[in-house]
Amino acid sequence: MELKKINEYTWEIPKSGNMKVPTIIYASARLLDDIKRDLTLHQAKNVACLRGIQRTAYVMPDAHQGYGFPIGGVAIFDMDEGIISPGGVGYDINCGVRLLRTDYSERDIQEKRKELLAEIFRAVPAGVGKSGITRLNRNVLLEVCVKGAEWAIENGYGTKEDLIRTEEYGRMKGADPRYLSQRAIERGIPQLGTLGAGNHFLEIQKVSEIYDQQVAQVFGIDSEGQILVMIHCGSRGLGHQVASDYIRSMENKFGIRGLPDRELINAPIRSGLGQQYYKSMCAAVNYAFANRQMIAHWVRDVFAKVMGSSEGMDQIYDVCHNVAKFEKHKINEQLKEVCIHRKGATRSFGPGREEIPDVYRSVGQPVIIPGSMGTASYILAGTEEAERLSFGSTAHGAGRVMSRHEARRRFRGERIKEELERKGIELECTSWRGVAEEASQAYKDVDEVVRVSHEVGIGKLVARVVPVGVMKG
Amino acid sequence: MQKYRFLSHTADAKFQAFGKTLEEAFSNAALATASLMWDPKKIEKKKELQVEIAGNDIKQLLNCFLEEIIYLLDSKMFLLSSAEKVRVKKEGSRYSLKALFRGDEYSNKYEIHGNIKAITYNEMKVEKRDHFMVQVVVDV
Repeated sequence: MELKKINEYTWEIPKSGNMKVPTIIYASARLLDDIKRDLTLHQAKNVACLRGIQRTAYVMPDAHQGYGFPIGGVAIFDMDEGIISPGGVGYDINCGVRLLRTDYSERDIQEKRKELLAEIFRAVPAGVGKSGITRLNRNVLLEVCVKGAEWAIENGYGTKEDLIRTEEYGRMKGADPRYLSQRAIERGIPQLGTLGAGNHFLEIQKVSEIYDQQVAQVFGIDSEGQILVMIHCGSRGLGHQVASDYIRSMENKFGIRGLPDRELINAPIRSGLGQQYYKSMCAAVNYAFANRQMIAHWVRDVFAKVMGSSEGMDQIYDVCHNVAKFEKHKINEQLKEVCIHRKGATRSFGPGREEIPDVYRSVGQPVIIPGSMGTASYILAGTEEAERLSFGSTAHGAGRVMSRHEARRRFRGERIKEELERKGIELECTSWRGVAEEASQAYKDVDEVVRVSHEVGIGKLVARVVPVGVMKG
Repeated sequence: MQKYRFLSHTADAKFQAFGKTLEEAFSNAALATASLMWDPKKIEKKKELQVEIAGNDIKQLLNCFLEEIIYLLDSKMFLLSSAEKVRVKKEGSRYSLKALFRGDEYSNKYEIHGNIKAITYNEMKVEKRDHFMVQVVVDV
């Protein structure tokens, strides 16, 4: 495959064959080596062949092989000519990250660190057989899917201020849960308000470095040593089922002939099935917003109980990194509405965009990039350049480089816990095997991922945080 | 004959399951899928569920069949020990499948060590040579 170097961090797969647009990859030489090890670039090229794709398909620095679309991929489609694809969003719809600030410093919680984490582990359900709240009924679940985080606020989980600091204000208006299958609903009912397993986690973190004092302050990050809480999870079984259901319905309706990869299956945006998928996807997005809202509320409760107060535990932001949306972007100098797919990519809107709340409009939205278990995570600010360079998108995390199988062969969960403890990081988990699979060595270097984002200009570094306590689902 | 084996995959889990018949390969694929979340050998066979699946082609059938395991876990907390009496039928261009799932409802005595998000079509294969082999990548 031809790969043209544009500059130190930008590579291009020029338009060829069935490609309707070129593909741009943002990566350092080192990250590109990782990316080349699997089918990422091949998949990105497939995306560039889809109907109605506009300008360029983008690959983020943390990209790795996905299903249909690569993970770490961004593509936009014309509203009339273009398509919407469940594989372009991913199975975990609105997998995302929420970040809470606190007024506490590392020293304040030093003595209570273990207790805080143990209490959070008790309060936030994770793993099979743990339900979020007393079994919901079907009607309540449907209401959650319509109202998202608003439902959680109305039911006492947090404050209206949280909604302001949530992407889409915690509710995608396009949701219509009438298009959810019975199976999706059944899977969603017991799991609302649960963390889930796999790469999902909850961390108590401390600020280890501030790169941009002024922007950090706007975000509510005041000093090194300040304690934050990060929650990384998604729409659980409900979202997974929506993806599977619509991949199947689209296959049955349109057939799979000519598709290089079955999970590239798609429907015209304005078609009946395209609209039904979009409305169901929005319902799953809302479910995930409500989910993170409830978990955030329980974390505040634990701080109030253990530390005596949860005052000042404001939300910094909540971002989704698996989603399709209708947004306005500049194509040939003309602003037009398009359907953007961000799969394993975070929105990174710069100053002035109307979608971001007043409180952040002068500095750009907070972009939250979680690292792997036990390593640093980063807070960036969205940029105007990102709108030009990547349709307002940047990376979403570290991205795996080693299989879970290999990680299990090489690492032991119990040993990882000991190593983390030596570094002053507490760990609570539901399974040792899960811990081994998530060993930090199995992931790309998140430091390098955010450095590239910063250098390219698609997300500017604001602060670095490191964990002091990790809960793994 | 080996029932199944796992292969290397960067982000997710990839396995091949084998059988003298297509049905046996499907049944072993169900074991491989369950083994990503719990040890099927340690699950008591206290409950039986009759499962009926349809698919437009053999891969869709396999996809739906394995998805049933996740669906039953999430909605009914059912842990699969074995998929027995698997019968695959072809009617015109469509496929249908019947099977008996045996296992138990989740309780504290069982250890769950993993989670599956979805069964994918990525690198999926259903092949017949000396015996049947199905290959599946699971999003975990």
